[in-house]
This record gives sequence, structure tokens and C-alpha cells, in this order.
Amino acid sequence: MNRITARRRHPLARYAVLLLALVLIGGFYTLVTAKSNERADAAIASGKADDVAEGKKLFELSCSSCHGLNAEGTKQGPTLVGVGAAAVDFQVSSGRMPMANPGPQAPRKQPAPWVNETTIRQLAAYVQSLGGGPAVPGNEQVDAALGDKAKGGELFRANCIQCHNFVGAGGALTQGKHAPPLHEATERQIYEAMITGPQAMPVFNDSIITPQQKRDMIAYIVGVRDEPNPGGAGLGRVGPVTEGLVAWIVGISLLILAAIWITAKKRQAQ
Amino acid sequence: MSTGPVPKPIAGPSNFIDERIGAGTFLKRNLRKVFPDHWSFLLGEIALYSFIILLLTGTFLTFFFKPSMGHTVYEGSYDALKGVTMSEAYASSLHISFDIRGGLLMRQMHHWAALLFTAGMMVHALRVFFTGAYRKPRELNWLIGVLLLTLALLEGLTGYSLPDDLLSGAGLRITEGVAISLPLVGTWITFFLFGGEYPGEDVISRFYSLHILLIPGILLALITAHMILMWVQKHTQMPGKGRTNENVVGAPFYPAFMAKAGAYFMFTFGVIALLGTFAQINPIWLFGPYNPANISAGSQPDFYMGFLEGALRLMPAWEINLFGGSGGTLPMNVLIPALVPMGIIMTGLALYPFLEQWVTGDRREHHVVDRPRNNPHRTSIGMSAITFYGLLWLLGANDEIAAFFSVSLNWTTYVGRVLIFVGPFLAYVITYRTCLGLQRKDADIIGHGVESGVIKRLPSGEYIEVHVPPHPAIEALMRDKKPVPIIAGADSDDPDGDGIPSKGMRSPLGKLRAKMSKAYGGEKIALTDGHAHGHEEHAAVGSGEDDKPSLTH
Repeated sequence: MNRITARRRHPLARYAVLLLALVLIGGFYTLVTAKSNERADAAIASGKADDVAEGKKLFELSCSSCHGLNAEGTKQGPTLVGVGAAAVDFQVSSGRMPMANPGPQAPRKQPAPWVNETTIRQLAAYVQSLGGGPAVPGNEQVDAALGDKAKGGELFRANCIQCHNFVGAGGALTQGKHAPPLHEATERQIYEAMITGPQAMPVFNDSIITPQQKRDMIAYIVGVRDEPNPGGAGLGRVGPVTEGLVAWIVGISLLILAAIWITAKKRQAQ
Repeated sequence: MSTGPVPKPIAGPSNFIDERIGAGTFLKRNLRKVFPDHWSFLLGEIALYSFIILLLTGTFLTFFFKPSMGHTVYEGSYDALKGVTMSEAYASSLHISFDIRGGLLMRQMHHWAALLFTAGMMVHALRVFFTGAYRKPRELNWLIGVLLLTLALLEGLTGYSLPDDLLSGAGLRITEGVAISLPLVGTWITFFLFGGEYPGEDVISRFYSLHILLIPGILLALITAHMILMWVQKHTQMPGKGRTNENVVGAPFYPAFMAKAGAYFMFTFGVIALLGTFAQINPIWLFGPYNPANISAGSQPDFYMGFLEGALRLMPAWEINLFGGSGGTLPMNVLIPALVPMGIIMTGLALYPFLEQWVTGDRREHHVVDRPRNNPHRTSIGMSAITFYGLLWLLGANDEIAAFFSVSLNWTTYVGRVLIFVGPFLAYVITYRTCLGLQRKDADIIGHGVESGVIKRLPSGEYIEVHVPPHPAIEALMRDKKPVPIIAGADSDDPDGDGIPSKGMRSPLGKLRAKMSKAYGGEKIALTDGHAHGHEEHAAVGSGEDDKPSLTH
């Protein structure tokens, strides 16, 4: 006991304690985060290392002209090191990548003919192997049926509608950029967009919005999108602009026609 | 019609009333009142009948609406908002939409009727403006109309805010922004209006009182005054055969005009009911409850507020900080768009009859209206104003335009900033030239007649087209054209020939007035101009074998 007490007063003791603490925390961190890297490692381990090789071929063929031969990025396109498989799945499955022509923003379009589940998986594996990043979410993670619509709605209104509109009809951003409508986005794509922040969109990582909350938001978006319009034709669900158009083009036009009809037979002066 | 003895159950009560309030003479005098017939004279009735429907549907809505900003948790039947905290106003609006039988239909009809109310007032006002029907003795009724339009905007704004959904909250926030931007009194007015810091707890119930009691009360009184004045002054009539400033040509109120007016009410009701049934309007459940922290892309006001929204979006961010900010801030980026366009349009509307009188010196009574082409400057000023208003209105939706047509949002603003100055000018020039062109066309028809489509070969071998005189009704319409008056002494610098300009024209203002009068008034294209050339064609009318004028071609 005495010996310890004596050493506790040693001039270097405080540094030793600090070092010990750092080692402990660092070790603990490595243990914990190793778990999330497991998926990529597991992919390679479970015989999908071929995916990486195949993905590299696809990448060189269709993506490298803008993103560089080693995905290091060029003037035309950003580096893909660290963007993760989720980003690849989102961009390619929604047809945004490969981009048809340069513009302020890549629009959603029909995916290229070579795009299918396998090629996306291979490309994603290749990009994931470059520097990790968010992985493709599992089916259960994006299942709208497991989310709480009402809670998701509150989160959606707080975080998304300032760009995407109250029903996800999309909206304009600066200089030709836009927040796309969410009408065609799949549940998985919505989730991936949140974790990767494509194009003009900010990243909503798991510490800002938990995976459960993301699922709630998906439940709201998908639920409201599929909900019928109880009041008749939805008029694009974009608010008063189309309502004003209808009031003038349908309402006033019909009433003017009626007025013309009613007064068609005139009295003439004798 | 054979009038036998009046049945006793009718004669008894009729006599009773007649002997006490003298209704018989009143009715006898007024039931046969003559109303001129033209489709554009019915446009104001769109607003009148929409107002009636607004009163009816609005009363229904008050039975179930709770004008309270108290917090509550929604437990109604709309799934996507279950368990969400919201105000009682919003919850009761949802209740009306989903749980009250016929509630959604009533809400939608109320909203569509509100849009048609304002739109009807606008087309009616345009008709009155472009035909000069506001001229003496109808200036007061015109002023009442301008007041009605202003109140309708206010009524719309308060009504739009009531459901307390996210979109109405956005409008309320802009209202607050405008109020607080006023110099000196802004903060005080805002705190007074909202009962403290925005949004407070009071604004919905205050707007409710304004929306269902005060403003509709004033509207109803003014509409009544508008109708009585119209009745007393008699309706204007279109120019035409046998129509003068001393008579009214048309159908008697009973039975002809009453039937038409009744039918038109049914049409208005029908259109509003159809829209309310088949077109969804203001789906508040999709917007969610109001929360000052949230705002949606594509937040827009109803169409009649669109021009204010557009002005706000066009305005560059210009602020004046007095004494380095310690003397307060003048937020010109809010003050100008909130006050200037509204001021130009409403003040311009109100003053126009008096300005025109000042410029033309025309103090006569007018009961026959102008064809728009025959007062080209008035028509051009009107089209300029429409362009100014229309551009602001259009650019109020510039984010929707940018998103829908995939153009840059910034460029819609830049282009708009130029167009708002250039557009009205272009509209003026184009309209003016068009009016003169139409006047020339009239002169041509009066001078030459109408092309008959019959080609005739003369003995000399020359081919000419036979022209026939226009239909008498059309000719009467065209011949009614009178030059716009000019104030005495304005058309020449020296009317008396003594080298001295007339008295009123000596001051700078007098000189300006004379100049304006000369430009505004006068005969631009005389109807006789058409005679100046083409006498041979004219002769061909006489030499044609069909003496009967035909308009079948």
C-alpha cells in the first residue's frame, strides 16, 4: 500500500493516468465501431470480394470519367472515397447517376440499361471498399409499416418541408437547384437520402435523427402520399397557386359562359 | 293574361300589408324597373351571389369552429395527426373536415366562394373601368366598390388565418412582419394585434371576431348601399341603336331580369358546389398544425394576396439603419412591397374618376358607356395596371414556376425586377396602338362597309370585292363614338387669338393639365377617315345587284 501511495505522488503519475485513460477509451471505441465496419468486412469475407472487383470494372466503365479512375474526384465530379454504399445505391437506383449531362443538379430519371440489383450491389461494394461510409439500410430499417406516422409527420414538418413542401411535392432552391418531389422515391431511397445527403441536401445522421425516427418519417411520407384526397381532385397538392388557377380558369370562365348564355337574347329598342 | 278576381287567401294578406306599409305603390314603381342587358353586366353578380353563399356556409362553419389557441391533443379520425399537439382552432377545423357530416363540403364551398367573391369583384371592377361606367354620377358607387375590394382582401386574410394550420401561420407571420416593420409604431401595433409576443394566444379569436362579425357587417352594409345606388342611378347601358343618356333600354326587373338574376344565382351556386365537391381546396390536414419554427416550400397566399407576396419576393434586401442602428431600422425590403403596390393600385383605382374629370374637364352625366377602344389612353392605363398587378401576382408564385418549369429561381427574380418596370410600359404602348387600330377598323367599316366575299369583274376587266353596309345594330354601336373631351383652351396655345393663354393654363400645373388633356382627349381616328380613299369600292356597293344588305358572310 505504501509503495502505491508513494508512487501516486511521483511527478510522472498524472501522465501515466492520462495515458491509461486514453488507451482505455481508444480501445473501447475500436471495439464498438468495429461492429459497424463488420458489414463491409463481412461482405468481403462472405465471398463477395468478387463484387468489389466487378464493381471496380463497372466503375471504370461508367463513372470514372467524372469521378476519376480511383474515385479520387475530378473537376467534373466529387471524390467517392468515404461516401459509402448507401450513396451509390441511392444515386444509381434513382437514375441520378450516371448523369446524362452536366447541370446544376442531377435529376431523377429512368436508370441506365445496365443498372440492376446486382450491378448496384457490386458498384456499392467497390465504393464501400474505398473508405467505408454509410451502408445500405436493411429492409426492416426502412419498413414504413413499422413507423409511427404522426410522430414522423412532426419530424417531417420540422426538418424536410422547407425544401420538399408539406406533402413532399418538391420545391425550388437557388440557381436552378431543386428539392425533388418525393412521389417516386422508394422507402429505401428516402432513408439513404437522409444518411448520405445527396446533392443540395444536408445529412441527417443517426445522432440528429435516430433510425427509429427516420422510419417514422418514411411512414408519414409514404402514408400521406398514398392517402386519397377526401376533397376531390388534389390539384397537385401544391397549395393555393393551383387553387387560384382553377378559380379563374374553371370558376370565372364557367360563370362568364353562363352570363353570355343568359343574356344571349337581347331586347332591341323599338 | 286574364286577371280574374284575386283569390281571397292572397288578396287578404296583400291588402293588410299594403294598407299599412304601402308596399303596393313601391312595388308597382320598382318591379317594372328596366335593366339593360349585356353579359358583362352580370359579372358583379358573381361577387354578390358568392357573398350570399359565403354567409350561408360561414354560418354553418361557426357552429363547429372553436376560435381558440388553447393547446389540445388531436384524437380525431385523421390517422396521420393522431396524438399531435395542436391548437383547438386547428383541431376543430380538422373535426369539421373529417367528422362533421358535410363539413368538408361546406369548408371547401366557403373557400371556393371566397375566391370567386374576390375574382368576381375584380372582373366587375375591370368591366366598370374599361367602359368608363364610373363616370358622373357614379363616382361614389365606384368608391364604395374600391372599399369593398379592400375589405374583401382583409376578410380573406383574416379567414385564411383562422384554421391555424401551417400555411395560414405562414401568412400570419408575414402579417406580423409587415406590422412590425412600420416605423415608430410597428412594435406597438404588433404587440397590440397579437396580445404580446408573436404568435401569442389571442390572434385567432381576434381575427374570428373581425372575420365573422365586423368585416362582413361592413361588407353587407356597403353592398346594400352599392345596390341601392345602382338602383337609384339606374344601370349604365352599352352604346347602340336608340340608346341615349336619357333612356334605359332593356328588360323590366319583373319578370325578365328577375328570372335572369335568379338563374345566375343558381349558376353561381352550382359552380361553387361543383368546385367544392370535385376540387380539393386548402387541405389543412396535409399542412399540419402551425408551429412558428416550421415553414414549407411553396407556402403561398390565396390568389388575391399573391401580388403582395410577389412584391415581397422581388424586393432587394434594402434596410436603412438610422444613426448606425441606434436610431432604429427602416426595413425598406418589407415596407415598400407591403405598402407601395397596394397603395398604387387601390389609390389609383379610387382617384381615377376624379383625375380623369380633372384632365378632360368632363362634368356631364354619362349613362351610355364607352367602348374601350374609343378612350385609348384609359384602356392603356388599365392594361398597364393589369400588367403591373399581374406580374407581381405571377412572381408571387416564382418558386412554383421555378420548380415546375425547371428554371432558376434567382433568374425569375432578376427578370421580374426588370419586367415590373418595362412590362407596364410595353403594355401601354401595345394597347394604345391596338385601340387606334380598332378605331381605324371601325372607320373603315363605316366608310367602306363589310367585305361580302363576292368578287366582281368590271367591264374594264378589273376585279373588285363587293362591300355591303354593316348590320344596323353594329353600325349604331360604332357611330356612337364621341371624342374624349378636352378642357377648353387646351387644344391651342392661344384660343382667343389675342396672344394671351387662358387664365387657368398659366400656372405650371395648368400647363401640365392642358398638355395632359390634349394628349388624353380628342378624336384620334375620326369615323369619317374611312371615306378618304377607296371610292370605287364604295361605288361597287351601289352597283351590286343585291340591294338588300347582307351580313351572312
